[in-house]
Amino acid sequence: MTEAEFLLWVRGPAFNAALFIMLAGIVVRFVEILFLGRKTNLAQARGSEVAGGFYTTWRRMIPDADSFIRSGFTIIAGYVFHIGLFVVIFLFVPHILVFERALGVSWGGLPSNIVDATTVVTIVALVAVLLHRIKDPVLRMLSNASDYLVWLVTILPLITGWMAFNRVGLSGPMLIGIHILSVELLMILFPFTKLSHAFTLFLARWYNGAIAGYKGVRS
Amino acid sequence: MSGASFERGYNALKEQIDAPVAAFLSSCVHCGMCAEACLFFTETRDPKYTPIHKVAPLHKVWKQEYTFWGKLGKALGLSKPLTDQDLTDWETLVYDSCTMCGRCSMVCPVGNDIAYMIRKTREGMAAAGHAPEGLIGAARRSVTIGSPMGVKLPALQAQIRHMEKEFDIKIPVDVEGADYLCMLSSMEIMNFPEYIGSIARIFKQAGVSWTLSSEAFEATNSGIQIGVSDIAAVLVQRIVDAAEKLKVKAVISPECGHAYMAIRWEGPNLVGKQFGFKVVHILEVLDELRAEGKLKVRDKETQKLTYHDPCQIARRGGVLEQPRNLLNMVAENFVEMPGAGKMNWCCGAGGGVSSNERADELRLKTFARKKAQLDAINPDAVVSACSNCRIHLEEGLEEYHMDIPLLSLTETIAEHLIEK
Repeated sequence: MTEAEFLLWVRGPAFNAALFIMLAGIVVRFVEILFLGRKTNLAQARGSEVAGGFYTTWRRMIPDADSFIRSGFTIIAGYVFHIGLFVVIFLFVPHILVFERALGVSWGGLPSNIVDATTVVTIVALVAVLLHRIKDPVLRMLSNASDYLVWLVTILPLITGWMAFNRVGLSGPMLIGIHILSVELLMILFPFTKLSHAFTLFLARWYNGAIAGYKGVRS
Repeated sequence: MSGASFERGYNALKEQIDAPVAAFLSSCVHCGMCAEACLFFTETRDPKYTPIHKVAPLHKVWKQEYTFWGKLGKALGLSKPLTDQDLTDWETLVYDSCTMCGRCSMVCPVGNDIAYMIRKTREGMAAAGHAPEGLIGAARRSVTIGSPMGVKLPALQAQIRHMEKEFDIKIPVDVEGADYLCMLSSMEIMNFPEYIGSIARIFKQAGVSWTLSSEAFEATNSGIQIGVSDIAAVLVQRIVDAAEKLKVKAVISPECGHAYMAIRWEGPNLVGKQFGFKVVHILEVLDELRAEGKLKVRDKETQKLTYHDPCQIARRGGVLEQPRNLLNMVAENFVEMPGAGKMNWCCGAGGGVSSNERADELRLKTFARKKAQLDAINPDAVVSACSNCRIHLEEGLEEYHMDIPLLSLTETIAEHLIEK
């Protein structure tokens, strides 16, 4: 396989396969969860499930004051790498072009040098998160192989993307190809690992808020 | 609990898994923030007390029974199935080191209601025969005798006579057509009978029509603590039968956290039908009387008072404003502890932990959290609305050499009442 053939393959069949697996996986996960259903609550409601659901869905973006003091590192590092990922994925002009080709919609991006710097910050935050996971007794106990695998597939596209943008090491097409391949790996694992929290957390927060809201509590 | 087996436990866990559980377990990112919300972790720093870790048996069953990859892994023999040994290993985590206070459920960034899952995990643990002795005994006494502490009707009758004499007041029993059926906890009958006298005095002044029942006076429910819904339903049904027989409009849950959870929120779901009467907490009734101007106090408490929110009444029950309104009515110097209200720290003895002797040492160790909260404001007295919190707070304060009396909110109001 030549470099050109490799690039065509990762951008064509491989990408389509990864996209299919990701989308089908998301559907499967939603079906698996929602089909389990929930019993009707026979107790007389004090408050609204819907209001509670909406409240908790947005409110959990902001930790309570006590958590901020007790889990400061987790919260700040978490914010940094999540915002970093958002900027890098959705506000990098070449990425927006990919979305435009696929979805037909476009939006404004950030200057490349800002995205480049954000990438470095995000990589640093993820490394810090990994070190914290290894060092902290609670996180070490909770972690399994999947946690480390997920970390790896999340940081790989950032590293390969940064290398491709800055032309480090290999030739341009090869670097782009490797970058796209690393994204495809992330896409394939996305629905089947804890990465799925990106879409299931809306269900989790909704249920949490609805359960509390029914009882008249804002959670 | 009879006929308990691993198979029954496994099936119980399987049956407990619903869409919220699946959504929660799918969303956990192993961030560990729930640990810092749990007093069993904060006061010991032992990672095994991390809340989400306590539901690992439920997680394993969910994964292997309800996810594609989990089912595949199980079929190919790639993942280890849940074993009876796992349940043995988790027993103390699920029962001794969790009060189902639900503080973790408030901080999880992805929104997991971990206390909801602990409640469900206990159903499996109990069905598999892995519930603690203390709770099994309490549940057995509740079913056979009618009270977890073995309190029978004659004991209640003796306390009623005692209170009638002390306050020169009539305490109604089995009055058909009364508006309210007042429930009690064994702890109140045995240790705090003044609660009964206080209710009688307040209701007399406010002109409330109420009654006790000789057939159902115990509101606590060991079934929901141990995690046996069948037992919990039997205990709730007794109250339903009495309420229907006496044709009351509402049942009043006593100053007890989990009793409120049992009858107000779980009750109708346990017996499988909506109640034909309302269920209200005593604090809700008192605050309603206050708002209607029917509670008149002659003077205010001058001591510096603070209020300890019982988890099942406040965070898990939704009664948050009422005690504050009432305290402001009856106290000149009411001060909140840091974190009071829906984020209040548990006393450390709820959810059946106080009935479980094995957990005694741990329970007193974790009291250090409550001590820190109290140290921040140095109150003259602590007011609460749960006998179980009250007993444990008294024990904890003694253990930590703190000379702070515990008061019941209902009794505090009664003491300042203008009596007719």
